[in-house]
Amino acid sequence: MKGLFPFFLFFFLLLVLGIVLILLNDFLGLKRHSKEKLIAYECGLDPSGDAKIPFRIRYYLIALVFLVFDVEVVFLYPWAVAFDELSWFGFVEVTVFIIVLLVAYIYAWKEGALKWE
Amino acid sequence: MSELICLLICSVILLVIALLHVAYLTYAERKIIARMQQRLGPNRVGPRGLLQPFADMLKLLTKEPIIPYGVDKNIFVLAPLISLVCAGSGLAFIPLWSNFVLSNANVGLLFILALSSLSAYGIILAGWSSNSRYALLGGLRSAAQVISYEIAMGLSLLSVVVMAGSFNLGDIVRAQANLPWKAFLFPQIIGFVVFLISAVAECNRVPFDLPEAESELVAGYFVEYSGMRFALFYLAEYFAMLVMSGLAVTCFLGGWLGPFSIPGLPFFWFLLKLYAFLFFYIWLRATLPRYRYDQLMDLGWKLLIPLAILNLFLTAIIKLLV
Repeated sequence: MKGLFPFFLFFFLLLVLGIVLILLNDFLGLKRHSKEKLIAYECGLDPSGDAKIPFRIRYYLIALVFLVFDVEVVFLYPWAVAFDELSWFGFVEVTVFIIVLLVAYIYAWKEGALKWE
Repeated sequence: MSELICLLICSVILLVIALLHVAYLTYAERKIIARMQQRLGPNRVGPRGLLQPFADMLKLLTKEPIIPYGVDKNIFVLAPLISLVCAGSGLAFIPLWSNFVLSNANVGLLFILALSSLSAYGIILAGWSSNSRYALLGGLRSAAQVISYEIAMGLSLLSVVVMAGSFNLGDIVRAQANLPWKAFLFPQIIGFVVFLISAVAECNRVPFDLPEAESELVAGYFVEYSGMRFALFYLAEYFAMLVMSGLAVTCFLGGWLGPFSIPGLPFFWFLLKLYAFLFFYIWLRATLPRYRYDQLMDLGWKLLIPLAILNLFLTAIIKLLV
C-alpha cells in the first residue's frame, strides 16, 4: 500500500500491544510489596549517596562530534537519490563537501575527541 | 472504509507474524547456543521445549511489577514503550515480497534510519530515570555506542542508495534484479561488512553488548525493571534484530529475489536469507567475547567511518564511469 499511513497504523498497533502487555502485567502480577524491594539495586547493599553520579565529559564530546557528522551525512542523502541526474557536477560538489568534512574529522581526531583511554 | 479494515487486518497479520518470529527467535537462540556449548537447552515445556516462549510469556506476565523509590515515574514507564515502538515499527517498510509490503513509502530507508536513532532515547531515558548507578552508566554507554555506529551505518546504506537511486526498499530490491547473483553483495562488499558490524552494534548484541555487560553492569540500563516492563526491552532487542536482518537482506542480498522462483512459496527466499542472518547473530553470541569500550569506539570512529566514506567514493566513481 502506498504512503506512510500504514506505517503509522503499525506504529500505533505496537504501542497498543506494549500498553496492553503492561496493563495485563499490572493486573495479573503478584503484589507483595515490601520496603526492601523498592530500594535501587546495588549488589545487595543499601545505595550509597545519590545515583546521579558525575560522568565523563567524553560523552558530550562524542555527542557533539556525532551531531556535526550526522547532519552532514543527512545532507548527502538527497545527492544519493538524485545521483543519476547530477552526474559529474554533483560528484565534484560532493567531493569538495566531503573533503571539508574530512578536514574536520582529522582535526577532531588530532585534538583527541575520538580518543577514549 | 473497507480498505481501512483490509489495512488493519494486514497490519495485525504482520504484527502476529513478527511476534511469533520474536518468540521463536528467543527459543532458537537458547537452543542453538545450548547445542554449541554441548548442552540440551530448554526441553521440558511441550515437545522438544517448543512451548517454552509461551511459558516465559506467562511467567513474565505474572511477575510483580516494581517501581522503585526515587525513580522518575513517568519517564520510567514511558521508556520501554519508546524502545519497543522504535525498534519494531521499521518492519512496516520491509518488503517481504514484491507485492507484500505494508507501507510502500518512498522514504522507507530514511524512516528506518530515523527510528533506529530514536531507539537511543528509550535506552537513555530508562538509564536516566532509574535512579541507579548501573542503569545510568549503561544508558550513557549505550547512547554513545548507538550514535557512533549510526553514522557508519548511514554511510554504508548511502552507497546502496547511490546504486539504486531510491529510498524505497522495494525499488532497491528491483534494482538488484539485473546484477549477477541478483544482489548488491559483491559490488558493495565493503559497505556490506561495515553495515553488518554496525547493525550488530546498533542492536546491542554480543560482541558489542556493552550497555548490558552483565558481568560488570549487571543488566545495564534496565537493571531496575521487572516483569513485563523488562520484557518489553527484551522484545525491543529482538525486534531490532529482525529489522536489521530484514534491512540487510533487502539492501545487500536481493530481498525476495532468488535463483529460481518456487510456486506457492513467495516468501521462501526472503525468509531463508533472513534466518541465515538471525543465525549469524546467534552464532556471534556463542563465539565472540565482548569488546572493551575504547576498542568499540575506535572501531566505530577510526575504522568504519573512513571505510564507509571510501566505499561511497568508489561506488560513485564506478557508477559514473560505467
